[in-house]
Amino acid sequence: MSAGAKLGNPAPKIRFREPQIEMAHGAGGKASRRLVEGLFAPLFFGASAEPLGDAAHLKINGAPMAVTTDSFVVKPIVFPGGSIGELAVNGTVNDLAVSGAKPEALVLTLILEAGLRTDVLQAEIQAIADAARKAGVRIAGGDTKVVEHGKADGMYITTTGLGAPLPDVEINPHSVRSGDKVLLSGPIGDHGITILLARGELEMEGDLRSDTRSVFPLVSAVIREAGPGVRWMRDPTRGGVATSLNELARDCGLGVILFEDSIPVHDAVRGACELLGLDPLHIANEGQFLAVVAPEVADAALKSLQETPGGEEARIVGEIREQPAGSVLVTSLYGGSRIVDMLVGDPLPRIC
Amino acid sequence: MKYVDEFRDPELITKAAEEIRRLADPNRHYRLMEVCGGHTHAIYRFGLKDVLPPNIELIHGPGCPVCVLPMGRIDDGLSIAMQPDVIFAAFGDMMRVPGTHGSPLEHKARGMDVRIVYSPTDAIKLAKLNPQKHVMFFAIGFETTAPSTALTLLRAKAEGIHNFSIFCNHVTIIPAIRAILDSPDMRLDGFIGPGHVSTVIGCRPYEWIAKNERKPIVVCGFEPLDLLQSIMMLLTQLQKGEAKVENQYKRVVPWEGNRAALRAMAETFQLRPYFEWRGLGFISQSALRIREEYAEWDTEQRFHVPGIRVTDPKAAQCGEVLKGVLKPAQCKLFGRECTPENPVGALMVSSEGSCAAYYNYEHRKGNLLTTISASA
Repeated sequence: MSAGAKLGNPAPKIRFREPQIEMAHGAGGKASRRLVEGLFAPLFFGASAEPLGDAAHLKINGAPMAVTTDSFVVKPIVFPGGSIGELAVNGTVNDLAVSGAKPEALVLTLILEAGLRTDVLQAEIQAIADAARKAGVRIAGGDTKVVEHGKADGMYITTTGLGAPLPDVEINPHSVRSGDKVLLSGPIGDHGITILLARGELEMEGDLRSDTRSVFPLVSAVIREAGPGVRWMRDPTRGGVATSLNELARDCGLGVILFEDSIPVHDAVRGACELLGLDPLHIANEGQFLAVVAPEVADAALKSLQETPGGEEARIVGEIREQPAGSVLVTSLYGGSRIVDMLVGDPLPRIC
Repeated sequence: MKYVDEFRDPELITKAAEEIRRLADPNRHYRLMEVCGGHTHAIYRFGLKDVLPPNIELIHGPGCPVCVLPMGRIDDGLSIAMQPDVIFAAFGDMMRVPGTHGSPLEHKARGMDVRIVYSPTDAIKLAKLNPQKHVMFFAIGFETTAPSTALTLLRAKAEGIHNFSIFCNHVTIIPAIRAILDSPDMRLDGFIGPGHVSTVIGCRPYEWIAKNERKPIVVCGFEPLDLLQSIMMLLTQLQKGEAKVENQYKRVVPWEGNRAALRAMAETFQLRPYFEWRGLGFISQSALRIREEYAEWDTEQRFHVPGIRVTDPKAAQCGEVLKGVLKPAQCKLFGRECTPENPVGALMVSSEGSCAAYYNYEHRKGNLLTTISASA
């Protein structure tokens, strides 16, 4: 036993009491948070757990470094606008970007199912290479494992990303203040609804493509204008915008007010959500991010975002208030309002 | 989106809200029941209570199919699916409804073959794809979904699909409204009538409410403007001392209903002598069973159904909330033992359940939000 465990750290308090793992524990919503905060954090960090960000910023022998990892189990592996390979690059690149780091390199783990056709694999390796080139990251290494036929749906991918923290930026929910503005980089829900339709389980069609892309150019555009005025960023993947903003609200103890009429949503996404009883705010995105910025730099940051290719549809979609503390409230132009919580359960499993 | 955007227009909504404030007598308290869970959801989803004057009280009715189903029926369905080679198929909103030993989703995690379908005909597809197994479709809903179950029965018979049956839990709306009106603790001024059910049954079946009970009822759509217009129509009737059936949802609901749908239902279903409703107890002639001619596709005639009867957890007041006697937050378990994540009762599960709607959209708002304007 190491001295640290004996002396320094208080006994970890495991609060996760659920008897087995359900799909919801992987959905990025409330159940995921319970698992991570109740089981992983106490055992890894003890009582001193900080709010969990998209990437860890470390210093190794004095050199700052950002590191993150993400796994991809999307079904089907190819969908309009992208595929699992592209997602595996962009997803990890985006986690680095919104943590305030420049993505530099990826390490790749492939879990392949015996029987996977080589042309399918080659297409994904090509997609990974192309997406990495486009995002300006190197593939620095990797590992491949094969499991029996029937044990994995074709392929699963894990990517670990390394990045260089950008100077003058600190992403921290505790720095968020009442009056700060919430920026959104573009229309929401495209990825989740695209995957849902691509599965062909619903007799619905829509002219939609996944929004998978690197958001680093857009993040840079915001940081360039707003600098230290950028308080917090997050890419709203599983659980959608609602889940990301609820995490922010809980971590900073303030209220997030969203203006419903200013949130961009494509008609096909709205239509599908209406039919299925889903809220676009809960649908996954793979190429958007949220930023909370100081009010005095908000307009400049928005302009910079809108002038960057791919950021044309960016909007200020809300602001931070003292109340309702710890919650997200959506308001409409006619004065109606509703609380929007984190995603509960998992209406759309294996979306990324 | 056509038929949606014009009914969410902020300017029209603001005008309708002003008109309601003008029509409402400030010296009177109005108790209006929205029968349908879809309306309950829309009222919270669009924050309509924020734009209504405080003397208009909306009472949530029993029109949430998942909510009114007693837990014993879920246990019955699950007990059949525990037999080998049975696939349990149901709509998504059934998946998290608690049975005595967990929800269908929890049973799935333990190994039961549970599938979400989006229509009962998807369940027929499942049966064709799995000829070695028996597919049981757990059918729920009012007259809204009963016709699609009826058509599925017709199709199963026509195509001779033998590894498929329906566990029929369809209920009918009129006896539930009658039970509410017979309840002595209910003082209602009028009804916001169900929209989707009425596309099938039309508006005539409500005439007794106006004639015999002297209560106005307005069949209503599901957008914010629909609801406000219907409230306006109810207030106008109340102001004049009238009690009529009116149809605000004309763009969808024909006065006479959908004859073809009613024919398919008559062909395949008959009324049960009585059926148990959560909260409302046994109501005579309030539910549908499958006719003898379709016995082969009737789970209850094909399998031994244990007929489990369980009472709701003791402290849960689902019944009182379902009848509109208690508001969701007045239940002792609300927001503590019972949340959407760990629901004790079905009202906390279904998106149409008043507890889920209230929990998700309302209860943390408090009173502090009247000052928040929506200017972007």
